[in-house]
Amino acid sequence: MCLAIPMKLIELNDLGGGTAQLEGARYEVNLSLVEGAEVGDYLIVHAGFAIETLDQEEADARLELFGKMAEAYREEGTRGESA
Amino acid sequence: MKYIEGFRDADAARFLHDKLAATGEELAREGRTVRVMEVCGSHTMAIARFGVRGMLPDTVSLLSGPGCPVCVTDAAYIDAAIELAEREIIIATFGDMMRVPGSRETLAQLRAAGAEVEVCYSPEGALVLARNNPEREVVFLGIGFETTTAPVVSLVHTAQAQGVRNLSVLTAFKLVPPALDALIADVEVQIDAFLCPAHVSAIIGSEAYRPIVEQHSIPCAVAGFEPLDILYGVQVLAEMLAQDKPALVNHYARVVRPEGNLAAKTLIDAYLEPVDAGWRGLGELPRSGLGLRERWSAYDAAKRFSVSTRGGSFDPRCRCGDVLKGKIIPPQCPIFGKVCTPDNPVGACMVSSEGSCAAYYRYSRTD
Ligand code: SF4
Repeated sequence: MCLAIPMKLIELNDLGGGTAQLEGARYEVNLSLVEGAEVGDYLIVHAGFAIETLDQEEADARLELFGKMAEAYREEGTRGESA
Repeated sequence: MKYIEGFRDADAARFLHDKLAATGEELAREGRTVRVMEVCGSHTMAIARFGVRGMLPDTVSLLSGPGCPVCVTDAAYIDAAIELAEREIIIATFGDMMRVPGSRETLAQLRAAGAEVEVCYSPEGALVLARNNPEREVVFLGIGFETTTAPVVSLVHTAQAQGVRNLSVLTAFKLVPPALDALIADVEVQIDAFLCPAHVSAIIGSEAYRPIVEQHSIPCAVAGFEPLDILYGVQVLAEMLAQDKPALVNHYARVVRPEGNLAAKTLIDAYLEPVDAGWRGLGELPRSGLGLRERWSAYDAAKRFSVSTRGGSFDPRCRCGDVLKGKIIPPQCPIFGKVCTPDNPVGACMVSSEGSCAAYYRYSRTD
């Protein structure tokens, strides 16, 4: 019921809904629960309704943090090997 | 899909594992445990699918709580839906509900026998059914936590605005925070920290868990569905336990706001009010559900057709209740995988892919 991966909003329709895309598949999405969603936004969709828009800056910050953790691990690893 | 890969990086997972192992060991030396409960069906599924348990050190355990909406649906609710279908009312439902055992049978069996039970991907499907069958009554099965409640209430709102009168909802909406309170109060359940749901929190907001931290000193972390989101959430919780600093953290700020989704909350409040609710396995919990306000009783299928969603019985062999409380893990149920399988579910936890038993069955066999 709950699609964990955000979908990209690619089109708005006249009825206050839109079309979102995920891995090539298109879905009709009801936008009444998210205010001001725009084409290009990533949506969290549940049971055909967008329940939130993804905050891209927060997502990027998190990716950066995980990237740093991966880097830290690799550095530790190489140090461990050469020691 | 660079976006997704970054949330699944193996080296970052190893980094978190090592940190977690150190903290877990430190706590173990003091004789303390790290028992983290996740209360979200999509977390349960992600944990099984990505093998997150295998990435945890032995000192840390991840328990699945009552986070799958289908799993906590009472047998009596299914019985009521069946009674409505037998009265020639069209039943519209999410697909997951079809095979949930009632006291005697399932909706799937009833449909095979000729009843009109229609599966909808979105509650809007029920509106289409009602419009296309103006001479018939349509009942939508309104189950779920806060995340699902909002779309279903939106359906009632649209029906009301458009003057659709042959549509009503059989409500069994559940609230997450009262379930957490009930688990904390149960002396047989030992939980050190909560990994709070992702999309329920998108609606109710991360601040909804503040009372749990303040009243019970149990750390809470809101986390997303990706493996690193989950691992990091658990690591942060373990850290708080080690430092004796229970707090509330929102690690899913890319979706969850402290106050939640105000449009959805306002809509829910306009139509629904807190009611006592029956949970499969947990029993009746005060003010743990939402029902339609008196004003909207025309859309309340239980009132409109005088059916009761209380009582009911289920297979006494099923240990769903203990699974939902984290007292046992699914393989500890004597009939797990033998009598009870996803093709032939005895309990609700084996039906939905979000159910603990189904998730264990599916992923522990393909390892
Ligand atoms: S394995 Fe089946 S019978 Fe056992 S607890 Fe799970 S759902 Fe119930």
